[in-house]
Amino acid sequence: MATTGIHSPGRAKIDADTLRTDRWWLQPLGVFLALTAFVVYSAWRVFSGKYYYSAPYISLFYSPCLSTTCVEGTEPGGPISWWMLSPSLLIAWIPLTFRFSCYYYRKAYFRSFWLSPPACAVAEPHSAYSGERKLPLILNNLHRYALYLALILNVVLTLDAVLAFKTPGGKWGYLGLGTLILTANAVALWLYTLSCHSCRNITAGRITHFSKHPLRYKAWTFVSKINEHHMLYAWISLCTVVLADFYVYLLASGRISDLVFFSA
Amino acid sequence: MTYKAKFRVWRGDDESGDLQNYEVDVNEGEVVLDIVHRLQATQAPDLAVRWNCKAGKCGSCSAEVNGKPRLMCMTRMNTFTEDEVITITPMRTFPVIRDLVTDVSYNYTKARMVPAFAPPADLEPGDYRMAQVDVERSQEFRKCIECFMCNNVCHAVRDHEENKTTFSGPRFLMRIAELDMHPLDTVDRRKVAVDDHGLGYCNITKCCTEVCPEHIHITDNALIPLKERVADKRYDPIFSIASLFSRSKDTRTPAPETPKG
Repeated sequence: MATTGIHSPGRAKIDADTLRTDRWWLQPLGVFLALTAFVVYSAWRVFSGKYYYSAPYISLFYSPCLSTTCVEGTEPGGPISWWMLSPSLLIAWIPLTFRFSCYYYRKAYFRSFWLSPPACAVAEPHSAYSGERKLPLILNNLHRYALYLALILNVVLTLDAVLAFKTPGGKWGYLGLGTLILTANAVALWLYTLSCHSCRNITAGRITHFSKHPLRYKAWTFVSKINEHHMLYAWISLCTVVLADFYVYLLASGRISDLVFFSA
Repeated sequence: MTYKAKFRVWRGDDESGDLQNYEVDVNEGEVVLDIVHRLQATQAPDLAVRWNCKAGKCGSCSAEVNGKPRLMCMTRMNTFTEDEVITITPMRTFPVIRDLVTDVSYNYTKARMVPAFAPPADLEPGDYRMAQVDVERSQEFRKCIECFMCNNVCHAVRDHEENKTTFSGPRFLMRIAELDMHPLDTVDRRKVAVDDHGLGYCNITKCCTEVCPEHIHITDNALIPLKERVADKRYDPIFSIASLFSRSKDTRTPAPETPKG
């Protein structure tokens, strides 16, 4: 039997690593499978470099499309000529960094991937633990910079959702299923991004006298309210990201055509 | 309605011990601590258990029930099925003294290391004036009853005895956050939070919040805001430069050297 952790000398001598009787493993397993599926899917889409644009929709993995290799019609398209790989790689690292350093996802991957711990009061398998005090995990403290970039990206994706109200020919007045999906995705991403704990700190969390900063306090109160559901928004936005991208993929690859509710 | 429930209760001391089986009567409306008292009265008069208020306010009867940190006085028997075997052990992070009683002095050692509240030197006690919005964040943390279940469940010390010297656990990081957010406190505690109390060990797995009997949002409202405040000072070069030109300067003085033990 190990002689560290809960089996350290002086502690109650109990052989079991946990005495929990509930299905504590279910949640970390579910999170592991869901996040693995997302990573595999997004890696496939990011590296594929095709089927990301079908007017008026662009996949969020490729927006803004910055390389000269971008397909015609994508905005802004083309300023980076030396980039030979998938144009998505110029952009996708931003949401990846934001989600990786996100306080919710930290809980998720520490529990589900690193088993540190797999669940509360369940012994972890590692003999040593240094937390977020060393490289690379100490970089999680720079989550706010990822937030700033994610906010910029959100503006672009919101613009994409607005442009989805144009017909493929470029006239305003269009409503397809893709328009609804891209709009829902933009809303979900805003909720997820603004409910971020770093955003909460920036609004007013870092000050000690709310009463001297009433506007910042109001902003903090709003962010605090949505921050309570940060995990929910993290999952909803993850699903809408996949849905929005996959819908554009199906359209761009010619597998389906857009379901149009209204077109000018 | 009375029924006989099956219990496994850890009996022993710091040298040896094991789970012993008991069958005890359970009446409607009872909590686990009632059963432990009945066990003492009828079958195991030498069973050691620490308790006081029986109302979830003193934080004395912390233990682990079916592997989960719980206050025995707040764990109702009707949350278990009648044929369920209920296992009661002492908290597994602290040294055991006997049976269900642990030595929680680690926590008192860490408590003494937290720099005390420091109001402005020229402020008389009767002159404290604070707006409600300024103190309500700190007030949430004052609900803490010091049951130490958050420190018990935190894997940074539960699974790593060696970290007890450098990590104070969620309870005392929350105390530091409480004082750091206090509108009248004049001490900057961000450096000691990292260097003396090991804030960097926290990896946000939220077990402290899950077990808190007072439902304090320890992670979201104390630990993460404290991490962000530390990031302001220590890891964010843009914020550090911007604060040099800010109209509202941070006039707090750094916390004094932490007394060890």
